[in-house]
Amino acid sequence: MTKLTLGPVAYHWSAEMRRDFYARIADEAPVDEVYLGEVICSKRAPFHEPDLPATIERLQRAGKLVVLSTLAEVMLKRERKATEDLAAMEAPEIEINNAAGLFARGKRPHRIGPFMNAYNEATIAWMARQGATHVCLPSEMPAPAIAAAAQAARHLGLGVEVQAFGRASLAVSARCYHARAHGRTKDNCQFVCEEDADGMPLRTRDDQPILRVNGIQTQSESYIDLLPETTRLVAEGVTHLRLMPQAVDMVAVAQLFRDVLDGKMPVDEADRQLAELSGDTGLSNGFYHGAAGYRRIAMAAPV
Amino acid sequence: MSLAELICPAGTPAALRTAVDAGADAVYCGFQDATNARNFPGLNFTPDELAASVVYAHAKGTKVLLALNTYPPAGKVDLWRQAADTGARLGVDAFIVADMGVADYIARTHPQVRLHLSVQAAASSPEAIRYYCESFGVKRVVLPRILTIPEIRQIRKEIPCEIETFIFGNHGLMVEGRCSLTNYLTGQSTNMDGVCSPASDVEYARHADGSMASQLAGFTIDQFGPDEKAGYPTICKGRYTAPHRPQGYYAFEEPVSLNLSRLLPELIEAGVHAFKIEGRQRSKSYVRGVVRAFRAAVDDIKAGREANIADLVALTEGQKQTQGAFETKKWR
Repeated sequence: MTKLTLGPVAYHWSAEMRRDFYARIADEAPVDEVYLGEVICSKRAPFHEPDLPATIERLQRAGKLVVLSTLAEVMLKRERKATEDLAAMEAPEIEINNAAGLFARGKRPHRIGPFMNAYNEATIAWMARQGATHVCLPSEMPAPAIAAAAQAARHLGLGVEVQAFGRASLAVSARCYHARAHGRTKDNCQFVCEEDADGMPLRTRDDQPILRVNGIQTQSESYIDLLPETTRLVAEGVTHLRLMPQAVDMVAVAQLFRDVLDGKMPVDEADRQLAELSGDTGLSNGFYHGAAGYRRIAMAAPV
Repeated sequence: MSLAELICPAGTPAALRTAVDAGADAVYCGFQDATNARNFPGLNFTPDELAASVVYAHAKGTKVLLALNTYPPAGKVDLWRQAADTGARLGVDAFIVADMGVADYIARTHPQVRLHLSVQAAASSPEAIRYYCESFGVKRVVLPRILTIPEIRQIRKEIPCEIETFIFGNHGLMVEGRCSLTNYLTGQSTNMDGVCSPASDVEYARHADGSMASQLAGFTIDQFGPDEKAGYPTICKGRYTAPHRPQGYYAFEEPVSLNLSRLLPELIEAGVHAFKIEGRQRSKSYVRGVVRAFRAAVDDIKAGREANIADLVALTEGQKQTQGAFETKKWR
C-alpha cells in the first residue's frame, strides 16, 4: 500500500505552533511516516530541539514511523556537529540531506533526502551499496525519469518517495534572504523568518507572485500538487508520497490524498477541495510533466 | 606553498587556443550536450574538436579538464558514460564531476584519469569532501563560493585532496547543483540539462514610458528606467518586491562579478592549489585579457615579487564587483 509521509517543516514555526501542529498530526492525520528536524537553518534548531523527544514519542504512540532529517547545508562547526550527532543515532531512522551526513553515517542504514540529488539509477545503486534503504527523488524530476529511477530503486529493495504536495525547494544559499530583506545579515537575523509561516512572498515588479523566501532557501510560489498523478506515480513504482507542511489544514490535505489512494473519492473532487484548502496559492505539476515547474498541466484524460 | 595553477575557461576551440597561448596551466571545457553545466547554444566541443584541442594544449604543456558536471536523469545515464569514455580515449587530464553515479562509473572504468569534484556537488565541509575522496578517489575539490578564507584554511588541514577556488567572473548566488529556479520558470533544468536562465526564453519589453522590462519565460525579472541599462534576466539577480520592500530590491544579490584579485596572495598562502576563472561563454579577447593578467600576477607572487593587483582590479572596471563570502562572513 502506498504510504503518505509528512516532510520536515521547512519554516521557522514557533515551538508552540509546532507542538500544536504535531499533536493534531498524531491524533488526526492519515499519514504513515513523519520526518522531523531542522533541514534549512542551523540557527533555528535550538528553538524546537527541546520538544523533539516528546514529539517523537507522541507520534510513535499514534502509530507513525518517525524519521529525523539532517541539514541540507553543512558548513559551520555547529552544522557539522549536528550532522555527526544525528548520524550517530541508532533510532529513529535518519534521512540524510548532505554528503557530510553520508560520511558520518558510513554503511549503517539511512534514507536519502531530496537534497541529495539522487537523479538516476547509477547514483541510487551506489547509494544502496552504501546502506541507503529509501530514496526521496528531487522534486524537479519529470515522469519518465521518476519511473526509471523508481524501477531501479525498487529492484534494489529501496523505498521510493516523491513530493506530492507543498512548495518545491528551488534553491539554497549560504546567504539568508530573509535577513537581507530586513537589512540584516545571517549572523544578526533576529529570526525575522518566524514572521512568515508559509514563506516570504516575492513578486515581480509588475506584481506577479513568483517565489517564496524561507531563510537561506528559495521556494516555489505554487504548491506542487500531484493528486491527479497519484495513480501513475503508484504504477511507476513510487512507494511513498511526501506532503510538505504548509500553513494550511494539513490534516485535511492528507485526508484527500489518502481518500484518492484508497479509491474513496474521485480525483476531480479531491483536487477541487485541495485548491480550496490552498486558498490564494496556485497549484502546479509542471515538473512532473517536463514543463516549467510553476505550470498546471491538465491530465489528458481522467484516471 | 601551493602550485597556484591557473584554470581557464574554454567555451570553444578558439577560446581554448587563446587561453593556452595566454598562459593557462589548465583549461576546462565540455561537450555540446547536457553533460556539462554550460550547455549553451554555440558553445562547447565536438569529440573531433576536443581531440585536436587536447593535442594543441598538451603540446604547450597545458592540461585539459573535461566538465561532466551535470546530473543525468534516470534513463539517460549512457550519454554521460559515453562522454567519459570519449574523454578518456582522447587523453583528457581530468574529469570534473558532480553526480555520484558518474563518479562511480569513471572511478571503476577509467581509474587512470583524475577526478575533480565540481562545484556542482556542493561539498562545503571537510566531511563532505572526504566522502567523495574516499568513495571515488577524488583528487581535487572545487569549493563552493560560500566560504571565507579562514574556513578554506581550516578545510585544507582536514582533507586529503587539492583545493580549487573560483577567483574571477560571474558570481552565482545559489549553492550550485541545488538550484531549480530556471526549471521552475522555463522547463529546462540547470542540473539535468546544464541550462541557466536560457537566452531562448529572454525578452526585453519596452513600455510606452520608455522603461524596459527584462523577462524570462514571460516573468519580469527586472525593470529599468529609460536611462538605465537593461541587465540580463538571470533569476537570482533580478529585482522583486516583498512585503517589507514594496519598491523592488535585489532580493538575492546585485548583478556583480566576483573578483578576488586583492585576495590572491592570501588564498595562495591558505593552500589553494588552483584558481578557476569563470567564463566559458565569454569572448576570446576577454579570455586573453583575463588569463594574461592573472598569469602575470600568479608568477609574480610565486617569485616573491609584488603582484600588480591594480591590473586585475581594472579588469572589472565600470562593473560592480564583489569579494563575496571570501572576505567576510557578513556577506551571508
